[in-house]
Amino acid sequence: MTNAFIVGAYEHPTRKAETKSTAQLHAEVAFGALQDAGLTVDDIDGYMCAGDAPGMGPLSMVEYMNLRKLRYVDSTDTGGSSYVIHVGHAADMIKAGKADCILITLAGRPRAEGMQTGTAVRSAGSGVPDEPFELPFGRTIATMHAMVAQRHMYQFGTTSEQMAWVKVAASTHAQYNPHAMLPKVVTVEDVVNSPMIADPLHRLDCCVISDGGGAVIVAREEIARKLKRPLVKVKGYGEHVKHQMAGQVDLTYSASVQSGKTAFSMAGCKPSDIKYASIYDSFTISVIVQLEDLGFCEKGQGGRFVMDGNLISGVGKLPFNTDGGGLCNNHPSNRGGMTKVIEAVRQARGEAHPAVQVKDHSLTLANGKGGSLCTRHGCGTVILEAL
Amino acid sequence: MPTPAFDRVPAAPNEDPDNKPFFDAAREGKLLLGLCKDTGKHFFYPRGVSPYTLSSNVEFVESKGVGEIYSWSVQRGKEPYCLAYVTLTEGVTIMTNIVDTDLDAVKVGQKVKLVFKPTNGGAPVPMFTPA
Repeated sequence: MTNAFIVGAYEHPTRKAETKSTAQLHAEVAFGALQDAGLTVDDIDGYMCAGDAPGMGPLSMVEYMNLRKLRYVDSTDTGGSSYVIHVGHAADMIKAGKADCILITLAGRPRAEGMQTGTAVRSAGSGVPDEPFELPFGRTIATMHAMVAQRHMYQFGTTSEQMAWVKVAASTHAQYNPHAMLPKVVTVEDVVNSPMIADPLHRLDCCVISDGGGAVIVAREEIARKLKRPLVKVKGYGEHVKHQMAGQVDLTYSASVQSGKTAFSMAGCKPSDIKYASIYDSFTISVIVQLEDLGFCEKGQGGRFVMDGNLISGVGKLPFNTDGGGLCNNHPSNRGGMTKVIEAVRQARGEAHPAVQVKDHSLTLANGKGGSLCTRHGCGTVILEAL
Repeated sequence: MPTPAFDRVPAAPNEDPDNKPFFDAAREGKLLLGLCKDTGKHFFYPRGVSPYTLSSNVEFVESKGVGEIYSWSVQRGKEPYCLAYVTLTEGVTIMTNIVDTDLDAVKVGQKVKLVFKPTNGGAPVPMFTPA
């Protein structure tokens, strides 16, 4: 059990930040989260960021925002899942008495910078031991996740139409989000008839590339209870890293198996107790694999689980990504974990758009995946309770 | 209409003291795997320590260079090419390209064999073609 609460959450409204710097975006989302919480910058005594923050670890952003009262910093970077893991670390530090009020920020501008996120061969820098065995083969984010989809189809009979249902659900939600990059509702046919990017993934199986960011503030219970916002407790969390296991590659599952198990055990609840789930949606297949790994359905049944609107709020059993997710709303800085936490907080507070707000929002979940499902990735799971 | 694999020439792999034996062997047309001498297990990618024990009691051994496709994807566009994982008969799965074939006919489970392909100014790299 923790004594940590998410007291502030803010998603930047921009999706293309041509006139702002990355540091500026970090500061703007920090201010937004402080305003949302009813706190000021001098209340912050812990700060966390990941690889999207400019400069060395947290140092440049701490200076840019002129944070002066920090007792704790953490720049754990597992790619897009970092911010989900940060929430867990923040809860740990609050419990340990190392900090009272921790700010977590994410921001970036890949769209303004013209980045080919998914289809370009990208290096993480010199000295990375795995890259000489991968980069020559032109691996891209799209082809790597496509290999996960290809194997899922081969092993479990998953179809392109089933994967498309993930996008259909996300787009059904995005129509209510005035900031969504892709607010148009699409059909299964629209998805499977969109251009093939990397077999078997079509263009509409892929998330958006967007600028912007988000921030959350995690604080101890005494602070949370003095503020005027609905109480959202961090009830459980877990993290795990999965990789190629020295050549014993298995593309059928993700690190969410372990991160989820840890989070559910800590929270003392089970998947069927969860009323809303934010699931990392870099690609439609990513969602299917995570839903299985978290225990929302049996391994291999994810394709069948997402069919017929089962992820649509008000229609299906497990409403997901009611902001439109990374597939339709926002995937700032190519890292979708922060927006996953933010929408789970909106749902827990009862502040999602009325058309997609779940009625019983007692328990919500946010799951993040960073890196590549195909090679190395880190997953973080957070379970939130509305008090 | 078949989709012939585009003959892309990859950038040279970064060589370092750790992976030098692998790329030296590649220049002689040999695909090396790591072998942990304490456990008797193969590993990939090759490295100077055992991924099973972290001891340096390892050696590099030559693969037979045959296996089957575990998964694949074609990056579409003007210059399509096929990324794949191939499971070698030695039991390790490695990232590679499927080349010299119709990309529309690539399948999971397909038998493939090793072929080295040149890179841009560096060591050749192991790719696979239908057996």
